[in-house]
Amino acid sequence: MHGRSWFRNLSLIVGFAFLYIPIVSLVVYSFNASKLVTVWGGFSTKWYGALLQNEQILDAVWLSLRVAAISATLAVILGTLAGMALARFGPFRGRTLFSGLTTAPLVMPEVITGLSLLLLFVTLEQLIGWPAGRGMTTIIIAHVTLSMAFVTVIVQSRLTQMDESLEEAAMDLGARPWKVFFLITLPIISPALLSGWLLAFTLSLDDLVITSFVAGPGSSTLPMVIFSKVRLGVSPDINALATILVTIVAIGVAIAGVMMTRQQRARDRDAQMALAANQQMIDSLKKD
Amino acid sequence: MTGRLRRWVPTGRTLVTSVPYLWLLLFFLVPFVIVLKISFSESAIAMPPYEPLFHWASDKLLQVRLNLDNFAFLVEDNLYWRAYLNSILVAGVSTLLCLLIGYPMAYAMARTSASTRNLLLLLAVLPFFTSFLLRVYAWIGLLKNNGLVNNALLAMGVIDTPIQMLQTDFAVYVGMVYSYLPFMILPLYANLEKMDLTLLEAAGDLGCRPWQSFLKITLPLSLPGIIAGCLLVFIPAVGEFVIPSLLGDPGMLMIGKVLWTEFFNNRDWPVASAVAIALLLFLVLPIMYLDHAQNEAAGDGDGEPN
Repeated sequence: MHGRSWFRNLSLIVGFAFLYIPIVSLVVYSFNASKLVTVWGGFSTKWYGALLQNEQILDAVWLSLRVAAISATLAVILGTLAGMALARFGPFRGRTLFSGLTTAPLVMPEVITGLSLLLLFVTLEQLIGWPAGRGMTTIIIAHVTLSMAFVTVIVQSRLTQMDESLEEAAMDLGARPWKVFFLITLPIISPALLSGWLLAFTLSLDDLVITSFVAGPGSSTLPMVIFSKVRLGVSPDINALATILVTIVAIGVAIAGVMMTRQQRARDRDAQMALAANQQMIDSLKKD
Repeated sequence: MTGRLRRWVPTGRTLVTSVPYLWLLLFFLVPFVIVLKISFSESAIAMPPYEPLFHWASDKLLQVRLNLDNFAFLVEDNLYWRAYLNSILVAGVSTLLCLLIGYPMAYAMARTSASTRNLLLLLAVLPFFTSFLLRVYAWIGLLKNNGLVNNALLAMGVIDTPIQMLQTDFAVYVGMVYSYLPFMILPLYANLEKMDLTLLEAAGDLGCRPWQSFLKITLPLSLPGIIAGCLLVFIPAVGEFVIPSLLGDPGMLMIGKVLWTEFFNNRDWPVASAVAIALLLFLVLPIMYLDHAQNEAAGDGDGEPN
């Protein structure tokens, strides 16, 4: 037994070290005074200052944040609808195709998705004049298409785990389907929606390949600017940018984690109280 | 409402289904039809840079020009063959490496106490939420000639001169495994965590040694997780563009890079489309299989036949 737990711990340590050392190295070298990113030249925060003066990067950050917020919100709405349809509606006409269409974007190589969306936009523009040119709108549409697939998977798996008897009870008590959804289903799956939104937001903030195809001139997102810079080699202000992004993500995930644990605890407590009340009732009935 | 009228008013269910359905049809399925169409057209110096497929020659004569040259070009020029085969090789080896590293991790995660398990799961998911591009970029700093890895090896006296690691296949494999590892760990973990441990106890009681019960029980039962993980890594890896362009040799042939170059550098949209169609034909079966596997897994969850 001892031999095996030793092997397990080793594989965990090596595996997680492999996942995290590169991220840690990015953060450490962002405070390096030397321009040669990997040669230590003393502690400095000058690259953060340089970053804040780089208008090209600041513009790209602003565009990326807007695109990410809008597309994540749309992706959560569409992904929730799709997840509901797949998890709750049983068989319906066209279900196989629908399920395939929600799975394929998860794994489709991005060069294919990007090229095909661009050709769609060009064809649509020729036929009906919309979308006129390419820019924020086309980027948002592309990102929604990609990330709603991820939200669908998250919502669908949460719904299949969820206890359907609560929804059935509400229906039996006379609630209309939409009321059941907003009063029962939505609050229960809200942690899944939150993690879906966060994932969609980061996917959008991060996407390079699809965006490069569907972005027009003058609408460069943050990954496009980063890519054109790092193609020429390492540059310390990109390390500073990475550190800021990693910090924001870590804080966001930590907050989400704490919120979810709290909700889970509150729910467990409610369940226990309900159970205790039930037990009391049964006991009192037994006495009679 | 009369019965006839009711039939024409969409029900709530239809609405819920049709909104995402129409979105995916328009923005995911229709685009492939257009790619197919453009892969048969001729390149032209215009905007958009291809000739129309259909052309009204006179009032009643519709001319259709199907240009098969793009596909003939793909078959004849062995650059494309080599790019395809190399992409499949790189994706296949990366998938295998992910499995070899990811399986022990997922196994160890699934067999720790419940509280540690959640923390480790969070740690495995966290890289999803940090920029993929920046994580690949981090490896440039690690693998360069005067990078962290070389410096560490030099300091330990393992090597005398820096090893060229960046711009080699080795760097591409490191980047691939690094980026896709979470996609392997998550389905494996989900599978291993659900496993009924009493089966292993029973095997132990009946005299199975630990490695025997692993080979005879755990491994076969985790096969769906292995398949899902491998497909989730392999399919996107075949078309990967960012990792080979940042970490690999500039001359390294990968089909994602070829498509990108045809489109952005050569502005040959029809050939880029033909490359995409050929890649899609190769990937369509694995994608269908993945969808099938996922539906089966979802069906298991609540015992509800879908």
